[in-house]
Amino acid sequence: MQQSLFQITENTPLTETVWRMRLTGNTSAITVPGQFVNLKIGGLFLRRPISVCDCVGDTLTLVYKVVGHGTEKMKGMQAGEMLDILTGLGNGYDLTPVREHALLLGGGVGVPPLYMLAKRLIAEGKRVSVILGFNTKAEVFYEEEFRALGAACVTVATADGSYGVRGFVTDAMAGIDYDYFFTCGPEPMLRAVYRATATEGQFSFEERMGCGFGACMGCSCKTVTGYKRICKEGPVLKKEEILWQN
Amino acid sequence: MAELNVSLCGISLDNPIIPASGTFGFGYEFAELYDINILGTFSFKGTTRDPRFGNPTPRIAECTAGMINAVGLQNPGVEQVIERELPKLKTCFSKKVMANVSGFSVEDYAYAVEKLDMCDQIGWFEVNVSCPNVHGGGMSFGTSPEAAAEVTRAVRAVTKKPILIKLSPNVSDIVSIAKACEDAGADGISLINTLLGMRIDLKTKKPVIANKMGGFSGPAIFPVAVRMVYQVAHAVNIPVVGMGGVASAEDVLEMMLAGATAVEVGAANLVDPYACKKIIEELPAAMAKYGIASLEEIIKGVK
Repeated sequence: MQQSLFQITENTPLTETVWRMRLTGNTSAITVPGQFVNLKIGGLFLRRPISVCDCVGDTLTLVYKVVGHGTEKMKGMQAGEMLDILTGLGNGYDLTPVREHALLLGGGVGVPPLYMLAKRLIAEGKRVSVILGFNTKAEVFYEEEFRALGAACVTVATADGSYGVRGFVTDAMAGIDYDYFFTCGPEPMLRAVYRATATEGQFSFEERMGCGFGACMGCSCKTVTGYKRICKEGPVLKKEEILWQN
Repeated sequence: MAELNVSLCGISLDNPIIPASGTFGFGYEFAELYDINILGTFSFKGTTRDPRFGNPTPRIAECTAGMINAVGLQNPGVEQVIERELPKLKTCFSKKVMANVSGFSVEDYAYAVEKLDMCDQIGWFEVNVSCPNVHGGGMSFGTSPEAAAEVTRAVRAVTKKPILIKLSPNVSDIVSIAKACEDAGADGISLINTLLGMRIDLKTKKPVIANKMGGFSGPAIFPVAVRMVYQVAHAVNIPVVGMGGVASAEDVLEMMLAGATAVEVGAANLVDPYACKKIIEELPAAMAKYGIASLEEIIKGVK
């Protein structure tokens, strides 16, 4: 973990509710895909955890959905503004179990962390198939960005059928002979992916956090291997560790 | 040269800054960031007789100038704390630590304190009486002078180390409860624990926190804390550790003028992991600004 000041270089909308913010600063603590950062936003007490979409050199890319007071304030920020950020939080994805072909399943604002993951896997010479799920055509983002990375196959699914495959990410899995998978998205989607996948894989979870670095126990969950903090031992859990509640 | 040292129940502290229980774990997350030996001491994560997972999530809610938590005393239980956490802490903290203990019956408190009493690393006990008494209809021990005194007597019987009773502010007469603890053998009082609070999500029309209610902390509660520290410090003859919304060196001075011998910092650690380090570093300049040469001299400075 590292605390440092970042300068916003870009803050632009990708869809009506999803924005991309690029910042420059000390990114040295961001070591693996699937980690997150925690932003101090003026006027709000708690920091806001946002997943890392990409990190190249000293440039950090965050893709966030405007859902509440924090992200509403982020949307109004301009290039040049400075942000106090804790970086290098969370365990991130473990890439080592992939043999040849990884399937990445992202839903809505769960898509961004898969971008840096896809990039790393492709750089390691792995075959990567991507399925991106959204509610409707107007919400689709990053389809072209994943293609540009050189993913073997990029499929979009929309719940209302207005673009790509009609249905959920799990409706677009047929015929992909992956040997490992990674997923991030809303919990109902994660549960569906859990049921629909035959191989081992990793899931990235979301939870309301206090500190984001393991001090407050605000985001604990029960797993097969004991209690874990989503912010510290997570947000990525292996499939075999997951204990669904309710 | 500014004098930052104070004495808390006979144990000398290099400075009065103490990270509050539940915001500092068992220290080592923060030891990765800075040398935690610069602290006066810290109060470790509230420990109970048995391991506890705590409440369902969400456990956290944002508030104006603060937050609500309903973690529910998640901790590995006293045996694991002794076997695993304290040896790990020893590798990064050489000072005496404050052991925060909770319970759901008088016997629970005594059990945990008796076990921990054997650990040399522990300098003080901070006994959290804000938990519900399962044998007393679920009312918090800290809401009645009799129940708070009963817990105090039970832990007094099993340790010679200094005992601070950590009081809940969710009471009508904090002074009578503090006095009852003093009469029952407490060596000090620490306050305030969190204020009971609640937030409702307008989109879902449901409480933000799964447990519905939780403890409100952060800068918003600072004036309440100063008032209660002042009231208690002027009513008892034992030291008071002040806490509640402290976020700066100036807040520390204000808390000490109100009557605090030492000052705990809680929610601020969660927003800025370096909060306590910064406060300690800023204290000499803040003291100079207000013409204070020694912190011990300003304790209970306001009459």
